[in-house]
Amino acid sequence: MENSHNVSHNLVSVHNLSFYHGQRKIFDNISMNFERGKITAIMGPSGTGKTTLLKLIGGQLVPSNGKVIVDGQNVQQLTRTQLYELRKKMGMLFQSGALLTDLNVYDNVAFPLREHTHLPESMIRTLVLMKLQAIGLRGARNLMPNELSGGMARRVALARAIALDPLMIMYDEPFTGQDPISLGVLLHLIKALNTTLGLTSIIVSHDVHETSAIADYIYVISDGKVVDQGTPQDIKHSDSDWVQQFMNGDADGPVHFHYPAPDYVDDLLSYSTH
Amino acid sequence: MLQLFQHLGHQTLSSFRKLGRGSYFLVNTLRGFPNILIRPRLLVNQMYSVGVLSFLIITISGLFVGMVLSLQGYYTLSDFGAEASLGVMVATALVRELGPVVTALLFAGRAGSALTAEVGLMKATEQLSGMEMMAVDPIQRIIAPRYLAGIISMPILAILFSSIGVLGGHLVGVGMLNVDDGAYWAQMQSKLDFRDDIINGMIKSLVFGCVVTWIALFEGYDAIPTSEGVSRATTRTVVNSAFAILGLDFILTAMMFGD
Ligand SMILES: Nc1ncnc2c1ncn2[C@@H]1O[C@H](COP(=O)(O)OP(=O)(O)OP(=O)(O)O)[C@@H](O)[C@H]1O
Ligand SMILES: [Mg+2]
Repeated sequence: MENSHNVSHNLVSVHNLSFYHGQRKIFDNISMNFERGKITAIMGPSGTGKTTLLKLIGGQLVPSNGKVIVDGQNVQQLTRTQLYELRKKMGMLFQSGALLTDLNVYDNVAFPLREHTHLPESMIRTLVLMKLQAIGLRGARNLMPNELSGGMARRVALARAIALDPLMIMYDEPFTGQDPISLGVLLHLIKALNTTLGLTSIIVSHDVHETSAIADYIYVISDGKVVDQGTPQDIKHSDSDWVQQFMNGDADGPVHFHYPAPDYVDDLLSYSTH
Repeated sequence: MLQLFQHLGHQTLSSFRKLGRGSYFLVNTLRGFPNILIRPRLLVNQMYSVGVLSFLIITISGLFVGMVLSLQGYYTLSDFGAEASLGVMVATALVRELGPVVTALLFAGRAGSALTAEVGLMKATEQLSGMEMMAVDPIQRIIAPRYLAGIISMPILAILFSSIGVLGGHLVGVGMLNVDDGAYWAQMQSKLDFRDDIINGMIKSLVFGCVVTWIALFEGYDAIPTSEGVSRATTRTVVNSAFAILGLDFILTAMMFGD
């Protein structure tokens, strides 16, 4: 499905991309566009390749076919140096947080600043404390990553991802493990980053309602294909049964909750015969 | 039968592939060395955890190896009335062989396994990927300083091992077995050759340092990013390092001392 967005409006676009993990096809000729200054969400069942897609956009994985364009540059054709230059403009929030375990919260957030800028320590301190304040963990600056809860770690990772004030940010499941209050703050923060700084955001999430509330555009992917796309309203009123089931979380419908398996009763009774 | 060949072929291919990846990894690591000059702190920190933390095990082992050498040497030498040569015997054995080899084996177990586990876990917890996405090259930032630290530490640890070993030998030989103190040192001084013995021993441990640290870091970097993968990689580091050390020791000895 090609869509009609003007190309120059897109910070990131994915053209006819196919990707395999070993023999397994993860993406089958998929095309997507991510508009500048907008929040675009990617939704889909667990294991469809959402994280893989973010890694393809970040140039950590190489597609078997097709291309990824970020800010006018073809990610796969860049030299190493150019790719690293480009990545300074991309923030990525990993699903696991991926904090450096030998540094405390403060130093983790300061890490990209120290690596890429020559700012004096006083300035770094100000920037770090500002980012930590935004995620509500200024008081936790001296904790080590192993002393943080999963949700806290992900918020610190968010502070680190925005430390360099990137052009765009990719959030991999930012809402998992957040209590309702942090969730609200986080939603607000993502929206605020987007509106005040004009940050282009890509959110990967299962949290249908939260994501719909802030996204400008949504892609629903499954089995390596885009099954539906549009504004949250469009998706909500999608006429695809599949999308309806996914958005409403019904156990019954075209999507099977179970991995393909032999008949359940047969399976239970088949022990004696092996 | 056919299956056996198939299996062998497969194994050979994957070994070569791994060697290829390892070499590429090594080249990239070496390219990261100039960067360390800008950030000497990274090296200092690694020198501490790779080198300094190995001091204790090296010191204690060196002491006991020297003591045993002295004891065994004394029994043999005294049959020929050559106890006076005890010092030179202990020192030669330590400086030429036992110092570099035993230090390298201990280093692989102490520091090598720790490096593999550390790097492997960093990979498993996506810290390396995370760095890449922050436009920081993990090979330059994480691997290169550890590699250099390993290369520098090994010869220093080997010298420490041999020196403590000579003292241990003295403790047993002169202290317990009444070998003449003057003879212990004098023969050592006159017979031990600086270039032939000491320099060659240092070259050995430098080579071991390069190889063992390379194996350890690469196994960690190449590990399957799960707890089981990291645990296997750690085992492989110790086993492969031991083979590499003993094999290389034979080759180096033949080249150095076999005129
Ligand atoms: N290194 C790998 N080797 C082989 N297969 C992989 C590898 N990494 C991921 N996969 C497979 O690729 C598929 C997509 O993985 P991915 O992590 O992108 O899923 P996801 O959509 O992010 O899922 P989740 O929502 O659970 O995070 C999965 O089915 C997984 O089995
Ligand atoms: Mg994922």
